Amino acid sequence: MNRSRAQIVFILASLTAVVAVQTPGANPPAAPDEPAPVILIQNATILTVSHGTIEHGSLLLKDGKIAEVGSSIKAPKDAQVIDAAGQFVMPGIIDCHSHIAIDGNVNEGSIAVSSIANIADVINSDDIEIYRDLAGGVTIANVLHGSANPIGGQTTVIKLRWGQPASKLPFQGAMPGIKFALGENPKHSNFGARGTAARYPATRMGVEETIRGAFVEARDYKSEWDAYNKRVAGGEKNLIPPRRDLRLDPLVEVLEGKRYVHSHCYREDEILMLLRVAKEFGFKVRTFQHVLEGYKVADELAAGGVGASTFSDWWAFKVEAYDAIPYNAALMVQRGVLVSVNSDDAEEATHLNQEAAKSIKYGGLSHDQALKLITINPAIQLGIDKRVGSIDTGKDADLVMYNRDPLSAYAVVQKTLIDGRVYFDRQRDIAQRPELEKEKKALLEKEKKAVPEKKSDSSKKTEEKIPEEKKPQEEKKPQEAPKPPSLVSSSFGGAQ
Amino acid sequence: MSRHSLCLLPSLAYFLFAPPSQPQSQAASSSTTYAITGGKVFTLAGDAIDNGTLLIRDGKILAVGANISAPAGAQVIDAKGLQVYPGLFDAVTQIGLREIASVSGTVDTTETGLFNPDVVAAEAVLPSSEHIPVTRAAGITEVLTVPASGGFDSGSSQSVLGGQASAIHLAGWSISDMLIKKNVAMALSWPRIETEVFDMTTFSRRSKPYKEAKEEYDKQVSELTDWIDRARHYALAMGHGGPADYQRDLKLEALVPVTRGELPVLVIADRAREIRAAVDFCDKQKLKMILAGGLEAYKVKDLLRSKSIPVILRPVLTLPLQEDDPYDRVLSQPAELKSAGLKIAFATFDNSFARRLGQQAANAVAHGLPYDAALKAVTVEPAQILGLADQVGTLETGKIANVIVTTGDPLELTTDVRYLFIKGRLTSTDNKHKALYEKYANRPKPQ
Repeated sequence: MNRSRAQIVFILASLTAVVAVQTPGANPPAAPDEPAPVILIQNATILTVSHGTIEHGSLLLKDGKIAEVGSSIKAPKDAQVIDAAGQFVMPGIIDCHSHIAIDGNVNEGSIAVSSIANIADVINSDDIEIYRDLAGGVTIANVLHGSANPIGGQTTVIKLRWGQPASKLPFQGAMPGIKFALGENPKHSNFGARGTAARYPATRMGVEETIRGAFVEARDYKSEWDAYNKRVAGGEKNLIPPRRDLRLDPLVEVLEGKRYVHSHCYREDEILMLLRVAKEFGFKVRTFQHVLEGYKVADELAAGGVGASTFSDWWAFKVEAYDAIPYNAALMVQRGVLVSVNSDDAEEATHLNQEAAKSIKYGGLSHDQALKLITINPAIQLGIDKRVGSIDTGKDADLVMYNRDPLSAYAVVQKTLIDGRVYFDRQRDIAQRPELEKEKKALLEKEKKAVPEKKSDSSKKTEEKIPEEKKPQEEKKPQEAPKPPSLVSSSFGGAQ
Repeated sequence: MSRHSLCLLPSLAYFLFAPPSQPQSQAASSSTTYAITGGKVFTLAGDAIDNGTLLIRDGKILAVGANISAPAGAQVIDAKGLQVYPGLFDAVTQIGLREIASVSGTVDTTETGLFNPDVVAAEAVLPSSEHIPVTRAAGITEVLTVPASGGFDSGSSQSVLGGQASAIHLAGWSISDMLIKKNVAMALSWPRIETEVFDMTTFSRRSKPYKEAKEEYDKQVSELTDWIDRARHYALAMGHGGPADYQRDLKLEALVPVTRGELPVLVIADRAREIRAAVDFCDKQKLKMILAGGLEAYKVKDLLRSKSIPVILRPVLTLPLQEDDPYDRVLSQPAELKSAGLKIAFATFDNSFARRLGQQAANAVAHGLPYDAALKAVTVEPAQILGLADQVGTLETGKIANVIVTTGDPLELTTDVRYLFIKGRLTSTDNKHKALYEKYANRPKPQ
């Protein structure tokens, strides 16, 4: 919703948007294939998450990894030293539910089982929301398909390596996922209009049957392939393989434990429903997403070893969110569930540290437990905890530095690092603004000259008096026409 | 079980353990005298008072100061180690008018048609809304509730003159019990030229030709002008003769105090272009304007200051409007507006997120707004902007006793509200959420 509000209203604005995208990437860090610098962070309060807090601690980063953590580390030759006196360093925030960096709509809502669609195919590394979330301390996002279908599209985990091409964003080695969805969204309760065709399912019962039906197919499909592979392995020749089904392939991976299920849900009944279906077909649900009534069935979640990734304090935006409570995360933690706090929204992601802190107030989690909600817990949920989620020797140097305790509404991100490289630096961002403002003005002036005007009595009028016939062509520019040379140089990809 | 079930004075236990469905403590009448002693008192009308005492009687603040002794028979609230503030004021919400956003049967925010100046929020506020106790548990004791659309969401504009906003206490058995002031401001969602709209029927973005959008905008502004002109004419007719001389018209009648500058116009607008247009309009029509929203108010701060127009800010936890705006554009705006000399208030423009009011203010502090200004922007400044400063917003003798006693900074995420008074009544902070928490925290292990 935020994005649509942010959509540009008149024509010149679409030009500024083109200028815009390069704004914060103007000084991108070294490309991933270049060696990461050696960085020593000194005098910081280090919130390791795994082994407590180190006051006046140091962190040595080498080759994109955490080489050493301790109370005093000698600076190696050529190390870039960051004095972090008064600052707090914590592991980069991991957002277990994100829709940033997606090119176009997040939902393939036309079919109830849209496992054929894959978010990994439409990663947009130019999305400004990557940078904004980075500026909020997020280093990793689980990028999900929308919740319009019982079985949605395939999902992918990315690192927010702003300024790098889309091919460099995926978290290599992370388990791919698939989005499931239960409740009001997959049954299309709140959208669609009179006159538009309803599609099955329209009830929670139908949602369950849709998922079961798909897994019956997937199981049959799998046994055809198993039989075929067995015969091939047995030396048989000239066999015709079963016909490939791109829709069922990801579900077979789910059955084989090679793809995680991240299921959107709200109500207690649908949570238990999916657990029953998973049991019937022998697969695991990796995480329940939102899971706002998870607190009602926390024991069942804990017993099933299923993760829960929830909002901090959202409620009452629909009926299935009417029993949502801000104590949800804490209560589930206290019952032994592996819990994370997510954003589902590019703006919310910019302050997940604050959202995690609310579980201290609502439900009495400790400082460390609250921190885990946005670091090691989502790392475990995404199966990447060996690499990220805490400050330990050998882990990826994904870090965020704050000017004070991150579990405060007054904390501001100073730097965000991924793989030992500084991808966001608040001072640098601020320092670059006058230059970018100048460049933007120059580009707008240039463009104004290129657009014939009926009259130009004031700049305000100019905005509204662009000849109509010029409009369609201008509006299509971003998609269909090559950008004019003056704008090409300011597109990103590390041009500067 | 709950962290909120703290050690209580035995005499208070009855009130605070009252069932959550009750909007407030029954036994405590507003005639009870309270003495809140030993806390640090932030009156918002002067320096903070260490070890101060606040006396409450008949729903009002009787006295506040350092050397005040509790009158005989007063109920003493020991606030040692705690902090005392005026209750927070959320200057734009739709509390009482909308329960569950997706269920139209529970939504009474927007009447059919673009011009409904005569509808009044207070006429449809649901006193037993679950949002009320949930919100007051966050220390918010009063809100403005606004009948409007368009400016609230990213959807297409559905109202221009949305109706009259009412100021209410967040406790009460009936609207008359809750009301601070019924007719506080006329909501005006300034029309927008929108070439791209979010279509709820297809759940996707849809573009609209600029020409069409501009024509629609011009038409709405021209209709609005017509309404004000007609209301002015109607006022003349009213002044010149008895009811027999003119046909009574409720809508025009509702606009008369607007044309006289007696009822301010709450203009909901975010883009600089729309704000400029609204300022120009209100100037020409001699209307008293309050700006609400104001994401791009910084672009027109000089204009706003020169016209003394106060700004009720949309949440600072909102992404910038433009892709090339600095990432912290919205966060740093309150500091910029304040140093430009504008009067500002924070508001959540929502119900579900009303409890984020303090968080919004704190984030503005993190981005340069002086702390004192932030605290004022959720207490005394909204009261002043909305013309209610004689009743609420500070802890001063004679004001309505809307008071919170907290464990610390009321803007910080982890602070608890220990005691809450509305109209001088000790009011429960229990709510639906806490009740559900307690219920399920006590759920036995499944067999």
